[in-house]
Amino acid sequence: MSDSKPSYLAHHFDHLEQQKQSATLGIWLFLITEVMFFGGLFLGYIVYRGLYPEAWHTGSEKLNVILGAINTVVLIFSSLTMALAVHGAQTGSRKKTANFLLATIILGSIFLGIKAIEYHAKFFPTTDYNLIPGANFSYPAAYADQMQLFFSFYFTMTGMHAIHMVIGIGILIWLYVKALQGTYHENYYNPVEVTGLYWHFVDIVWIFLFPLLYLIGRH
Amino acid sequence: MKHHIVSVKTYLAIFLVLMVLTALTVYVAYIDFGHGLLNDLIAMTIAVVKAMCVLVIFMHLKYSAKLLWLIAGSSVVWLIVMVGLTLTDYRSREWMESQLHRAIEWQANPPAEQPAHPGLH
Amino acid sequence: MSSATDINAGTTAKNYLNEKITVSSWLLTLDHKRIAVLYLVSLLAFFLIGGLAALVFRIELMTPEADILRSETYNKFFTTHGIVMIFFFLIPSIPAVLGNFLVPVMIGARDFAFPKINLASWYVFMFGGVLALVATIAGGVETGWTFYTPYSTMYANSAVILAVCGAFIAGFSSIMTGLNFIVTIHKMRAPGLTWFRLPLFIWAMYATAIVILLGTPVVAITLVMIFVERAFGFGIFDPSLGGDPVLFQHLFWFYSHPAVYIMILPAMGVVSELISCFSRRRLYGYKVIVFSSLAIAVIGFFVWGHHMFVSSQSTFAGMTFSFLTFFVAVPTALKMLNWIMTLHKGSVSLSSPMLYAFGFLGLFVIGGLTGLFLSTLATDIHLHDTYFVVAHFHYVMVGGGVMGFLGGLHFWWPKITGKTYPEGWAIFAAIVIFIGFNLTFFPQFQLGVHGMPRRYHVYPEEFQVLHIASSTGAMVLGFGYLVMAVYLIGSLITGKPAGKNPWNARGLEWETDSPPPTHNFHETPVVRHPVYAYEYASETSDEPDVTSEKNHV
Repeated sequence: MSDSKPSYLAHHFDHLEQQKQSATLGIWLFLITEVMFFGGLFLGYIVYRGLYPEAWHTGSEKLNVILGAINTVVLIFSSLTMALAVHGAQTGSRKKTANFLLATIILGSIFLGIKAIEYHAKFFPTTDYNLIPGANFSYPAAYADQMQLFFSFYFTMTGMHAIHMVIGIGILIWLYVKALQGTYHENYYNPVEVTGLYWHFVDIVWIFLFPLLYLIGRH
Repeated sequence: MKHHIVSVKTYLAIFLVLMVLTALTVYVAYIDFGHGLLNDLIAMTIAVVKAMCVLVIFMHLKYSAKLLWLIAGSSVVWLIVMVGLTLTDYRSREWMESQLHRAIEWQANPPAEQPAHPGLH
Repeated sequence: MSSATDINAGTTAKNYLNEKITVSSWLLTLDHKRIAVLYLVSLLAFFLIGGLAALVFRIELMTPEADILRSETYNKFFTTHGIVMIFFFLIPSIPAVLGNFLVPVMIGARDFAFPKINLASWYVFMFGGVLALVATIAGGVETGWTFYTPYSTMYANSAVILAVCGAFIAGFSSIMTGLNFIVTIHKMRAPGLTWFRLPLFIWAMYATAIVILLGTPVVAITLVMIFVERAFGFGIFDPSLGGDPVLFQHLFWFYSHPAVYIMILPAMGVVSELISCFSRRRLYGYKVIVFSSLAIAVIGFFVWGHHMFVSSQSTFAGMTFSFLTFFVAVPTALKMLNWIMTLHKGSVSLSSPMLYAFGFLGLFVIGGLTGLFLSTLATDIHLHDTYFVVAHFHYVMVGGGVMGFLGGLHFWWPKITGKTYPEGWAIFAAIVIFIGFNLTFFPQFQLGVHGMPRRYHVYPEEFQVLHIASSTGAMVLGFGYLVMAVYLIGSLITGKPAGKNPWNARGLEWETDSPPPTHNFHETPVVRHPVYAYEYASETSDEPDVTSEKNHV
């Protein structure tokens, strides 16, 4: 343990490169667990959609495609700002890092806000049917029960995605505070990069959720 | 030691591509290609291309060690195994049931001529 | 190793155990060795709880009638036994205790890549474990450890949600451990320690970590689905809405079959170390064992449907899974042959850890071969959900997993604690455990073949003799564990200092002090020899040969 080690190099690593590579490898391994986590939901989706195509198409039509599309744009935009925050850290621009982190936080919150509007519309329906799965579910169709399955998956999948967003925003806020203090610079930005990878992954999940939930059966 | 730094221009270009693809996927969802499967295929192709854009550029996979490609790839392979083997069950249920009914029928009313084996065809 | 490290040999130098001794220095430690000890203590507590639950229903099963348990209470007891033993003992046992302690030491690192995540994994594990225990106290769970729907989601009147949350949370702890293993093995090996110089225990941990990372999240999302169905009334597996309970089984077994390999691969790693050390030779077919571990990790994911032959899974899928299942036997058999080839022409010594390794070999062969009966589609129709299955998986998990754990615990006990245990008592306990185990579970094969279904507490009278034999065996087994607990705890107080390398074994863990200093090595070791280099003299031990040697360096 020589004194020449910088404070941001943990004691058990030999050099910064080893620390950085470990962090990147770790987050990628974590992301494959996330792929499998959402994979279980996608599997359920595929099985049931194969069994009950009409119910799923009708269910999909009941979602608000405009809000869904806006959210897709917002989330991809937030991925861009996240990438730029990492870029800022890589090039040693502390101000840029902080500002783009803030932008990502704001965009992520807008996404959640729009999601909340969508949920709200489902929970307090203005129509004469109710699409919240459970005892009160009602829809005038022979396959109403199977539509309940669709909405169970809709809420579980988007809910799980939203939880990931909330966690991501929490980490981003912490990073933002640290970034304002100037913690991250061209020699040390692992936390920003690792969070970035997580954030992009959450974006990818939505890239698949959007067509699978909102766009089937529109034709 | 130096890591490749992706230029801001590349990020913006990829962002534009993602936007165009998002518009495209919404647009084609409203076109009836005659067969629903075709719509799904197009939507999923677009989604995979978008995901690859994010993975390769935003997530720097292009400039990363082969190990990370292996890890990213293995998760896809495992998803395919999980979905594929589960669908082996669901996709063969009807077929198996029809075979069962044939066998039961055959047992109840054996055909008059030399019986063919009632097994799987 | 350079002579610098020999200075502290056998002295009471500062080590990871005595450097700080406050409670907070333990509860907030980032030292992987202390975390391993925390895991060891908590896992043994869970083992005790799970074992006592088993003892209670084994006593109940001594007579054909219901004596001390009603059917529902009986269900709660075997569910407690299953949940605690699988999620809170077997799955973490070797990775979280021996793996946590040994992986950094064996590869010459100062710690895991992510020490904070490692500590967090213990807290997460304890939180999950406490939730599961609260569930058993607050009403109990009677679904069996498998939480099959629709029983778990619609009919069970017990604390299913709590138990599901406990298992879900414990999964995170597994994932954290597995992630740490892979990153550490990739990035933190000592200079000269190439991939094919890694001890097989490390390879086993690596393969296990792959299974953990790819499997655990799937059971996590499955438990989430149960949670939303039971708590919010969402229909996911609800048959009345068109949902399919068999889908639950697919998702559940996609993890829970590979979970068997999470329990057995580490034990195989331990056994490889033991057999090499106590045969005094390099393992025969080192690379074959390496690749068979990886092959088991991969093929293990292709076979889950063999748990579902008599669910409404299609016969075609049944045949596919049955066919694929046979392939898992191939790498396992290869390992077995390599171990036996290592023993052949080796100078074998029957020390207590080696007895557990032999126990593993014999019992795991029985467990594995009966697995082939069960993976045969037609035979399984008869044997499904009988005591034959119970006996089979106990031979694999206890005969394999626990024997491996105990063998490893004895082997590395001098390294972990710095003390030697009484060898005579250890041999006695190993023999008692072996006899008790066989007496408990061998009769269950016979019960199963004769048609005794599992999970019933009343049974026809003609089964009573075999049930009494089994229950007697359980008590013998419990006695064996008790003896072991007594002498191991006693060794902490009365045990002699172990010295660096009491078994004259090879590997980096034997080149540092016992117990190791906080940062494992006084200076980063450099590896110059291939693994298991018994042809070279060890630098840390100058005895001509090993095991009975009482006076250490």
